[in-house]
Amino acid sequence: MKKVMMGTEAATMAVKLARVQVVSAYPITPQTVIVESLADIIGRGELKAKYMPVESEHTAMSSCMGASLAGARTFTATSSQGLAYMHEMLHFTAGERVPVVMVNCNRALAPPWNLYCDHTDSLSQRDTGWIQYYCADAQDVLDAILIAYAVAEQALLPVMINLDAFYLTHTSEPLDVPDQETVDLFLPPYHASLKLDVNDPKTFSIVCGADLFSSIKYKRQGDTLAVARLWDQVAEKYNSHFNRLHKTVEAYRTEDADLCIVSIGTATGTIRLAVDRLREEGLKVGSLRLAMIRPFPLEGLQRAIAKVKHVIVIDRDVSFGAEGIVAQEVKAGLFGHRGDLKVTGFVAGVGGNDVTVDTIIPLVRQAISGYGNAVEAGMSLWAEVLP
Amino acid sequence: MSEQIRAKRELFIPGHYGCPGCGATVAMQQTLSVLGEDTIVVMTAGCWSSLIGIYPYTCLTVPVVSVAFGATASVAAGIKAGLTIQGNDHTTVLAFAGDGGTFDIGFQPLSGVVERNDDILFICYDNEAYMNTGIQRSSATPAGAWTTTTPDSARKGQRKKNMVEIMAAHRIPYAATASIGAPEDLKEKLEKAKNIKGSRFIHLFASCPTGWRHATELSIEVARQAIKSRVFPLYEVFGGDTWQLSSMPEKEGVDAYLKHQGRFKKMSVEERDRMQMRVDDDWQRLINRCQAPRAVG
Repeated sequence: MKKVMMGTEAATMAVKLARVQVVSAYPITPQTVIVESLADIIGRGELKAKYMPVESEHTAMSSCMGASLAGARTFTATSSQGLAYMHEMLHFTAGERVPVVMVNCNRALAPPWNLYCDHTDSLSQRDTGWIQYYCADAQDVLDAILIAYAVAEQALLPVMINLDAFYLTHTSEPLDVPDQETVDLFLPPYHASLKLDVNDPKTFSIVCGADLFSSIKYKRQGDTLAVARLWDQVAEKYNSHFNRLHKTVEAYRTEDADLCIVSIGTATGTIRLAVDRLREEGLKVGSLRLAMIRPFPLEGLQRAIAKVKHVIVIDRDVSFGAEGIVAQEVKAGLFGHRGDLKVTGFVAGVGGNDVTVDTIIPLVRQAISGYGNAVEAGMSLWAEVLP
Repeated sequence: MSEQIRAKRELFIPGHYGCPGCGATVAMQQTLSVLGEDTIVVMTAGCWSSLIGIYPYTCLTVPVVSVAFGATASVAAGIKAGLTIQGNDHTTVLAFAGDGGTFDIGFQPLSGVVERNDDILFICYDNEAYMNTGIQRSSATPAGAWTTTTPDSARKGQRKKNMVEIMAAHRIPYAATASIGAPEDLKEKLEKAKNIKGSRFIHLFASCPTGWRHATELSIEVARQAIKSRVFPLYEVFGGDTWQLSSMPEKEGVDAYLKHQGRFKKMSVEERDRMQMRVDDDWQRLINRCQAPRAVG
């Protein structure tokens, strides 16, 4: 069924289709549409679930972890400061190996206060052990949440689905809403293999010594790395049901490209328009969207840039004292693999600055020529900085 | 031993890592003996997260999860929600935290859970300081007490926070104080709490020879003295507004309670007088709230 929906509405629809059993959340702009509509859908009995209107994001994540440990399918959503406030429980939830799925609406971190799009909130949580997926459009939001449950429950790892604030959360787009019957075939009910059960008592997460501790972490590292392939497999399965493919990387005109622009989130769509424009001018440019950041889709990246000579990374985020976080990730992924490759990192679009075709083209030219308006700060070049 | 008793699973088995004379172990033993097998325990950083054992050893045979410091109430509420939506309406979800995990870092989630009236039983085993990390003050530490962060050069001046009053202000269905020094009273309160729906809170006084600096064999005696001297009165609050005294101890001065404990050793006569005055004031305040006491316990 075709419907016009905002990204946040697509997320709500996915939660309903996934037959989530416990929703626990705390409101924050621009996530509020999700928690308001879920409260209503559950209140009206359209989704048989328990809605917990909790007093903080720390509690939202804690209660999702508890419900998941009891064997229920759980969901929460947050953004920015809320995600930062959850930080302790993000580590805990991943370590507890429970398949919580969360939507994070990528919004700038204060100070100064700013409600608009920025990826530093979720990227600064990349070491917590969560699977991180960044959506391109509203259809991707709906589909990725359903894929996320299938992946999370198989890998026993939590998944964070990221939506660009306003560009995606509050922009209406036409999308296909799958029917419940087919979703049920794709995503059967969650049966926890290990849970808190009085008939089969088990002890979770008490103190353990260094030898076992490192073995547990080693196992988790392997299981997390394996998710890059698992996601693509589950995405293929989803594609076979719904005829839409959402893989961990998405390459555009990279086959013969000398230059590749790497990005995450909604900016990719605009970057592709810029690629088309630059191609008309004779530049062999391509674009690569990293849909997944954790685990890092190393194989996908290396395959896509196999013949490329120059990579440009556009980061809507920064790691202060270093550079753009995606640029760091890309460089780490290429180290020892493609030493000859030139990498130029730009920081653009932070705090909701628009990244338009007219932003991108001069950046590409600057990356090639070394001349332009973006100003240097360490290894990265900053666009849109006031003089 | 009858077959019936033999067949019953022990819920607290030998081998805990607690200090000799630990009041918190008595608190857990008493609690599980009433709540029974159909119980899931959520514990947090604190003495119990250490003394339960080191993997693969545990001294509890009910399901247990040990969670982040501030998250006892919120994880417990989540577990209950997860069980309920799957059709389990009988299992008791017990949040079992120390005073730090209740009065301080766990306070906001506890307030949230109780305000929403989530169906959990929260028991605070109160040993009046951060004992597991080495006797640092909490907001449950009484005025005048020595701890490692309120050393003799700067002993604690602030009074102990009254958690049951705060819980009552939430209109919690059931809140009570209890003590390892009054096991029959404790059992009665646990029975009540077990059978009430919604949020339930028991503030359980649990002496700590290590932190309070008293002889290990005096744990129960010290807890009894706290009741007798009216330092820790036993009472219940139903629905936040019906207050009921559980026992009416003979008025006995605080000296008998203080004398066994090294943490109060440096108190001056003036400090003792001030403590006595506060105890008397608090008692009067409590009496004014309470209905006629039932039989002396």
